[in-house]
Amino acid sequence: MSILVDKDTRLIVQGLGKTGRFHAELSIAYGTNVVGAVHPSRGGEIEAFDGGVKVPIFRTVEEAMAATEANASVVFVPPAGAADAIMEAAAAGMPLIVTITEGVPVADMVIAKRYLEGKPVRLIGPNCPGVITPDQCRIGIMPGYIHQPGKIGVVSRSGTLTYEAVYQLTRLGLGQTTAVGIGGDPVNGTNFVDVLALFNDDPATEGVIMIGEIGGTAEEDAADYVAKHMRKPVAGFIAGTTAPPGRRMGHAGAIVSGGKGTAQAKIEAMTAAGINLAPTPTDMGQAMLEALG
Amino acid sequence: MKIHEYQAKELLGARGIPVPRGIMVQSEGQATEAARKLIEETGNQVVVVKSQIHAGGRGKGTFREHPGLRGVSVIKDGPEAVGEVAHQMLGSTLVTVQTGEAGKQVNQLYIEAGVDIARELYLAVLLDRSVGRNLVMASTEGGMDIERVAEETPEKILREVIDPAIGLAAFQANALGWGLGLEGEVHKSFVRFITRLTEVARELDTDLVEINPLVVTGSGEVIALDGKMAFDDNALFRHPDVAEMRDESEEDPAEIEAKSKGLSYIKLDGNIGCMVNGAGLAMSTMDIIKHFGGEPANFLDVGGGATAEQVAAAIRIITADANVKGILVNIFGGIMRCDTIAAGIISGVKEVGLPVPMVVRLEGTNVDLGKKMLDDSGLNLITAADMKDGAQKIVEMTR
Repeated sequence: MSILVDKDTRLIVQGLGKTGRFHAELSIAYGTNVVGAVHPSRGGEIEAFDGGVKVPIFRTVEEAMAATEANASVVFVPPAGAADAIMEAAAAGMPLIVTITEGVPVADMVIAKRYLEGKPVRLIGPNCPGVITPDQCRIGIMPGYIHQPGKIGVVSRSGTLTYEAVYQLTRLGLGQTTAVGIGGDPVNGTNFVDVLALFNDDPATEGVIMIGEIGGTAEEDAADYVAKHMRKPVAGFIAGTTAPPGRRMGHAGAIVSGGKGTAQAKIEAMTAAGINLAPTPTDMGQAMLEALG
Repeated sequence: MKIHEYQAKELLGARGIPVPRGIMVQSEGQATEAARKLIEETGNQVVVVKSQIHAGGRGKGTFREHPGLRGVSVIKDGPEAVGEVAHQMLGSTLVTVQTGEAGKQVNQLYIEAGVDIARELYLAVLLDRSVGRNLVMASTEGGMDIERVAEETPEKILREVIDPAIGLAAFQANALGWGLGLEGEVHKSFVRFITRLTEVARELDTDLVEINPLVVTGSGEVIALDGKMAFDDNALFRHPDVAEMRDESEEDPAEIEAKSKGLSYIKLDGNIGCMVNGAGLAMSTMDIIKHFGGEPANFLDVGGGATAEQVAAAIRIITADANVKGILVNIFGGIMRCDTIAAGIISGVKEVGLPVPMVVRLEGTNVDLGKKMLDDSGLNLITAADMKDGAQKIVEMTR
């Protein structure tokens, strides 16, 4: 078992620029079922990927869904059009929309999030590495080979820190059920709590690693959820203990402002909720192992 | 992106938000002239001289060169006196609670007509991340440090979340005005003010608009006595006029150079330089250095890979900081192979030289080949087994 994506996921790609095309090809090579692509001026064409896979291009998400029965979309559309691409996918009823694009204006995401309210769709990202269920489905930009099917769920705001955790789990033989990057932006679709709830209900997931960073209160909310509802051991890590206040640390959302969003507050909340925090990122896998008992 | 008060008031004033009459000046002569003009126009002898720097606490801040002088001065003795104060302020170093001890040099002043203050209020429009919407914050405690108000008397802060599909609804604006104790015509003026302010925030993609204080004048006018605006960098592409307001003299030159090379760099006070791929990993590299007793000199994210050009630029930027005694490179080669990254590091180092020791931690595809290339390069590079090992080594070497 897994969450969000598996071998039955039928993926379309929104945005066939250099990055979108490159990663679509890697996803196909990983075994992901890529069934179509969307490009407003290339509808009707066929995109031929390495390995002989040919994928039809549609003008709209609606047309793509009707023709391919896709149930997931990955958005690589550049920042200025990314929120519109998300809303287009939502309007078409796409159940899962994974947005990789970095640099989407905050106001656009505020509107997109409002637009998605009440619709039966789930947005992951933006500004995230994507979602992967090892050996079944890769949506995004993560290196597939570091993953291994297993029993730990991973959820993180950071790309490379997710890879660190995943690689440690693979080396320890624990593997992953699914790894989810929720992204480093201040306004995003799916948050820690949503993903923790999915892992909580996934029989194959025996423990979860959650990786947070400074900025906002999503980690505190997650700690509250873990304390009240989580039936599985959780390990974690928080980045940004040494980050100076008022500065954006690479990610748009990684900022301590007005005394809010400090690493210290998150570490305290997570520790109080019984989450086993790794003292350094090198120890995330070990912290999970300890938490499993 | 931050802008100066005078720029914020220009943007707000042009969009129908009441601001006092004011003129930006850069010399004593201009200051005297501006004061004369304002006194003539308004008939008010009171003129305020305000230092323009990108940091809060200006009113209470003092100048290193003139300890008795505040960052904001109220002058009642005519244009010549304004000129004298301007002469002292310009080129001097203003130290406020937000600048740190180093302070900031004042290069611009805003000469503003005095305002008859009856009440000082607080008003801000900013993102509420927990709901993913903008929020209006208002308080009767104008002119105060709002973070302290939030901590000590949270009940004095009023909040209204804005539905992006609707904007600030009239009932919300009304409630805020009544909550601040405003009635009658003043209440109406306030409602117009806050409604327009939320529209401007949306139009200009602001991260933050803060009016502290918002003033009710003796004649019942509602006016922005101060104005602070910060903008979403990701949205500047649709506001070229705002983007032009960037004052690079307010930013660290190294940070500007890094940005032009596609690097995300933030200077810190320690002595161990960091070069990392990914924001989260870069932050936690700083953390792990501190964890083992060292002090990070910077945050630096080289992005997805580490090409020779990026590595060379990063080394130049990191070692331009005289405090740096060693560098920790921490790369998780995901899609990019470690041998490619190693080649980038080697040619980058060869290009600019390496004045301090460098510890390199590489992980990912072809890691053994990458490490061997670094070891065989004959350069002053030390490879690390993992992130912990790398941090311990660089801390030891810079002790």
